[in-house]
Amino acid sequence: MNLTLTVNGAEHSLDVPANTLLVELLRTRLRLTGTHVGCDTSQCGACTVHLDGCAVKACTVLAAQAQGRSVTTIEGIGRPNGTRNGSPDDLHPMQAAFRDCHALQCGFCTPGMILRAMELVESGGTLDNRTVREGLEGNICRCAGYHNIVKAVLAAGDAMQEQSR
Amino acid sequence: MHPFNYHKPSTLAEAVALHQGAEDPAYLSGGHTLLPTMTQRLAAPSDLIDLEGLTELIGIAVDNGTLSIGAFTRHAEVAASTEVQSALPALAELAEGIGDAQVRNRGTIGGSLANSDPAADYPAAVLALNAVIHTDRRQIPADGYFRGLFETALEADEVITRVDFAIPSRAAYEKFPNPASRYATVGVMVADFNGTVRVGVTGAGPCACRADAFEAALSARFDPAALDDAELPAIDFNSDLHASAEYRVHLVRVMAQRATARLASL
Repeated sequence: MNLTLTVNGAEHSLDVPANTLLVELLRTRLRLTGTHVGCDTSQCGACTVHLDGCAVKACTVLAAQAQGRSVTTIEGIGRPNGTRNGSPDDLHPMQAAFRDCHALQCGFCTPGMILRAMELVESGGTLDNRTVREGLEGNICRCAGYHNIVKAVLAAGDAMQEQSR
Repeated sequence: MHPFNYHKPSTLAEAVALHQGAEDPAYLSGGHTLLPTMTQRLAAPSDLIDLEGLTELIGIAVDNGTLSIGAFTRHAEVAASTEVQSALPALAELAEGIGDAQVRNRGTIGGSLANSDPAADYPAAVLALNAVIHTDRRQIPADGYFRGLFETALEADEVITRVDFAIPSRAAYEKFPNPASRYATVGVMVADFNGTVRVGVTGAGPCACRADAFEAALSARFDPAALDDAELPAIDFNSDLHASAEYRVHLVRVMAQRATARLASL
């Protein structure tokens, strides 16, 4: 089937089999391998991307369901390609906070954590230890590095609110 | 995942016609049970009929003591809806406790009810809030809807269009979530309609049910202690790796008492 969608700001028109998952489209067709596949059964959250601004598990969304929509992956949240200068400023504030707080060990869960954490901060609710832990319910870190992940999300929350002022 | 034909009809009538004309079709709503089942090759429908975008399945409205929620409303939309929060805060809270944030961004109320997972949250509310399930062809009262494990009164090609909940004077939902999946090990909604109480139980048996003796006890005296000796629903309690039947028996009473205590203390 023919599919048109926007990924990280760029429009793509592709011919894909109907049984293509969104995560397969991103990883194997578009070579955006920052989105990871952990459990393949919508439990671990490693494949989390934004679909029209909402965090979704891309292993449980058909590519067909993204027809006409806008997808953002970990590759699309920092400074746009071509404007990066190799400095830490290239990073989105959430990425920078994960780096500063040492919120990753093996890094496998990190892209999904970051995409979901961005939605959590942008939803504008109260951010504290409890709301962040509950908000990240759908993302599993097998290194069990949760302590610093929570620290990073709280720090990024401050930075993102500062930036939007 | 096995191959299938994907359809995205633009009207409800077209969706039903596609279903009737296909070999082994399935409707696709939020997809958060169907798609994992398909990726694990436990289901292999010949045709998927995507219900997203059907205007007949969209909308939230409050009218004359009834809260209507369109079948394609996602859990996150129910949780965030100011109409639901003010008319039926217990239902908004229930929706906010389903699965995790990413699941709530996709899963829909119609999909959950059509699937009738024994541990889903909405079925407890459908029974406690005396809901009416509207479909493309009829209205099904809550009490006749749940038939068994993943079994409902729906015909194979029938589509839920909306769910009408009766708005009670007060209601509360308490669940004991499985710590990994957030599914209800047991969940109980207690709803008080001006002294007549309804109690919906999920997670305990093959499908959601009412707790008749709990309802009678609470209608006579709205106090958690009124449930101390009340008889449990006569169902086959589930026993699995998450909880034994004995533990679920215990949880039904405790969850009902917690919900009652929350309301009684307001």
